[in-house]
Amino acid sequence: MNALNDSILTLILLVPLAGAVLVALVPDRAKLPNWLALLTSLVTFGLTLHLPFHYDLARNGFQFVVNKPWIESPAIFYHVGIDGLSLWLVVLAGLLAPIGVLASWNAIQSRRKVFFVLFLLQQTAMFGVFVSLDLMVYYGFWELSLVPMAILIAMYGRKDGPRAALKFFLFTFIPSAPLLVAILWLYARTGSFDFTTLQTLIAYGQFPAGALFWAALAFLFAFAVKVPVFPLHGWLSDTYSEAPVALAMVVAGKLGLYSMLRFHIGLFPVQARAASPYLIALAVIGILYGACLALVQRDFWKLIAFAALSHLSLIVLGIYGFTVIGSTGAVYQILSHGVVDGALFFLLGVLYDRYATSQINAYGGLAARLPSTATLFVLTTLAMIGLPILSGFVGEFLILSSTFGGVSRGWAIAASMGLILGAAYMLWLVQRVFYGPQSELVSSRPPDDLHVAELAMLWPLAVLTLVMGVAPSIWLPTIEQGVRRPPLITQYSPGFVTITSIPQGGQR
Amino acid sequence: MNSVPDIFRILPEVILTLTGVAVMLIDASLPSGIPRRPLGWVSAIGTTLALWASLWQLSLPQGTGFYSTVETSAFTIFFHVLICGIVLVTLLLSLDTLPEDSHHQGEYYALIVFGAVGMCLLTGAVELLVVFIALEISSIATYVLAGFRKETARGPEAAIKYFLLGSFATAFLLYGVALIFGATGTTQIYEIAHAAPLALNRSLMLAGMALMLVGILFKVSAAPFHVWTPDVYEGSPSPVVALMSTAPKAAAFAVLLRVVYEIFPTLRSVWSPLLWIVAVLSMTVGNLAALRQQNVKRMLGYSSIAHAGYLLAAFAGLGTSGIAAASFYTAAYAAMNVGIFAVITVIGGYDEAMPMIDDYRGLLYRSPLLGGLLIFFLVSLVGIPFTGGFFGKFYSFSAAVGGSAIWLAIIGLLNSGLAAAYYLRLALSTAQRPDENASPSTAPEPQVGVAVGAALLLAVAATLILGIVPNDVLRAAESGAHTLQAPPPQNEPGIVIERLPKVGPE
Repeated sequence: MNALNDSILTLILLVPLAGAVLVALVPDRAKLPNWLALLTSLVTFGLTLHLPFHYDLARNGFQFVVNKPWIESPAIFYHVGIDGLSLWLVVLAGLLAPIGVLASWNAIQSRRKVFFVLFLLQQTAMFGVFVSLDLMVYYGFWELSLVPMAILIAMYGRKDGPRAALKFFLFTFIPSAPLLVAILWLYARTGSFDFTTLQTLIAYGQFPAGALFWAALAFLFAFAVKVPVFPLHGWLSDTYSEAPVALAMVVAGKLGLYSMLRFHIGLFPVQARAASPYLIALAVIGILYGACLALVQRDFWKLIAFAALSHLSLIVLGIYGFTVIGSTGAVYQILSHGVVDGALFFLLGVLYDRYATSQINAYGGLAARLPSTATLFVLTTLAMIGLPILSGFVGEFLILSSTFGGVSRGWAIAASMGLILGAAYMLWLVQRVFYGPQSELVSSRPPDDLHVAELAMLWPLAVLTLVMGVAPSIWLPTIEQGVRRPPLITQYSPGFVTITSIPQGGQR
Repeated sequence: MNSVPDIFRILPEVILTLTGVAVMLIDASLPSGIPRRPLGWVSAIGTTLALWASLWQLSLPQGTGFYSTVETSAFTIFFHVLICGIVLVTLLLSLDTLPEDSHHQGEYYALIVFGAVGMCLLTGAVELLVVFIALEISSIATYVLAGFRKETARGPEAAIKYFLLGSFATAFLLYGVALIFGATGTTQIYEIAHAAPLALNRSLMLAGMALMLVGILFKVSAAPFHVWTPDVYEGSPSPVVALMSTAPKAAAFAVLLRVVYEIFPTLRSVWSPLLWIVAVLSMTVGNLAALRQQNVKRMLGYSSIAHAGYLLAAFAGLGTSGIAAASFYTAAYAAMNVGIFAVITVIGGYDEAMPMIDDYRGLLYRSPLLGGLLIFFLVSLVGIPFTGGFFGKFYSFSAAVGGSAIWLAIIGLLNSGLAAAYYLRLALSTAQRPDENASPSTAPEPQVGVAVGAALLLAVAATLILGIVPNDVLRAAESGAHTLQAPPPQNEPGIVIERLPKVGPE
């Protein structure tokens, strides 16, 4: 198995890429591209599952590392590896890939080849972001992840695809310009793009503090737009309402949040800590603002978009609370949000396929017509609003309790208000769509409940939600180890205690 | 010293000249009914031979020939190969897209090859008068090519505009050469470099340098000398634009590198801020104007102005890194720009059935291959990683950061964010679902023949190689940069230059 351990991450990157090339070559007949894409994503998922089974919890630092010179000048290395932080995110991305393919199975009717080629390319880019440890390689994948997304939004947008695609692209591309300058500046000072090297050099104070502030800000800005953090969320609702279901569910939030943990806090702990009060405030505003806007939406894609803003802001709160528990909870919440949001998107996609509208008031009384859809929708909703024993609860609890104990009671209370609002808008959505009198639209169409394939995909997700809710200890130790990894440890309070002293190893 | 026969120093140029002459003679002696298309193949073969000859020149020791007027070095070979490559792709492109019954096909191919002679000579010349002559050879060929669609109104307009403004620019260059001769008493580049720090009349030399810069910056279409670009691109046939927007610019950038790094390294404090300003102006003006364009070729014209700006950012870099970055960017820009114009030529045909951005709507549905290629090249122009455009920008801006021009890098990268808007507009319009209500397009279904296929393949391969494994090209660019940075060789014995009496106060 050792040989596989050395090449597993490379394989995870290459298999979707190879799949994309294959899909491009086969004829677009008899759903051949679909099957090929499904096969590719299942193989990739299988490969990602290799990681948790061979991950050595006792070892600190990165594992499954490959570090080979790629480009001589500047010194760019093909350096990949994962730790507790990225391990489960890679698996999550692997899990969502086949689900994304299945969600597009019937929804994508025209130009299937183009769709699946770009979808698989997007997968490679996402895995690349999670596993890259060389800043240039990371940046490469980060940028690459924008292109397929933008093109697919333009191609399959529901109303005004190109406009939404342009908005999405520019919103995320322009902030990456300062990010690249910051990376180049780090390189100009050190001659290295290597994450660990830079981390050490920064911790030992090799940089002028003033310039480091700007570099850290450039990193933060790029990531905050991608998450998005209030008030940088302008692209979110258009993207959610225009993007094909498969893409909306795979991109939501994860890349930006992971990058914050790894590259903002990881590289610039001192600056990140200095920025944390502002980010906490913005996060709480985002939670409440997103929830309030979600309450008044008439279109369910938009509702989900603002709900996502609210939920992602909660994760930001956990990350920038600078407690081990909060950060662990944040990563756990990313996983849970990925699964739950994936299922929710899928279900909404099912509704949209069947009834061709996203106006909430066109629906009503659907539960009588589509009982299994209703069951699964309610289950997913409950997981999303954080009902205990379902996955959403664990992360929310960890984040809020650490904020309450370790950061500030006021912010924690305010954030909890957002969760109450969250329950309100989600349950109200369920009520309006599935209960009450049957609307004209619903009664005019023959009932077409979930098919076997769809059920076969949604039930495992539902079970996973339950398992994540009752047995979080499967995931939490790895995540915590990733979060605690030195030298991050010096930045964190051990439990609920607030750190007031300036941490070791930074600039004074 | 003179162990290398002089003729080997200009072997690629000789081959190209012979090819051009042969094409012209055959064209003239064939009866009028016979198709001229094979002449295109002759030109392509000649260009390939010239490319091989350039590569073969690597085995020659670095040095000059013909009384220190032309040089072969890693630097000149880099640009020779690049230019021959561009010309080859353009010829292949023209082979399938030039209308079969078109008049003057033979002249068209001959002009392209003669233009290539000028451009190649331009990069190898180390004597300002030869630089001037080479510039004229390449310019006159492109002036004529620009007006090749003379049945349209825009064709002659483009040619005349290009010719008038271009002649002015060359006049500026020549005047600059004259002033420098006045200041230093020579037009040989190494001798000027020797004499420049000692020149008594510094203001004369500064004026000469400034005038030369104007002439060269016009050729690379940098703002504020860019006004001709969109009009000329719009009026010229697309395959000609593929050539014109890349090869003469590459040659002009080679001359610019020579002028600033080889002749006037001591005047860095003067030219560096000038080029800084021109770089910022070019990218900003180019991008802002491109945002508003509806015509694809005009948009790409403005985009090429912006790219000249990104490239000029590399000149803020110190010595070798700046030269290598600029050379690399030239290659990357050439690969993707030739590529995109090749796609446009195939889509629109010689007659340009689809000039507007809106015409491209749904292209990805009608022709996935061409639509995909168009998007690919646009993505490279945006500068997304794993394409040549990314590493071009990357090296250019890291050279700027290395030369502590961090603001230039920030302005440049913000500009490339801005640029993404208009590239994306075209790419997204391509990806958009075709309008069901629109009447079926009258455009002929684009066909990809063997020659065009080869041209596109070359462009795609070059763009990908520069984006994924740029090591070799970068190494070539760096060794070129080293030869340019090396102290100029002492005068070889046996070279007699008839000196004119020194002008000015001794």
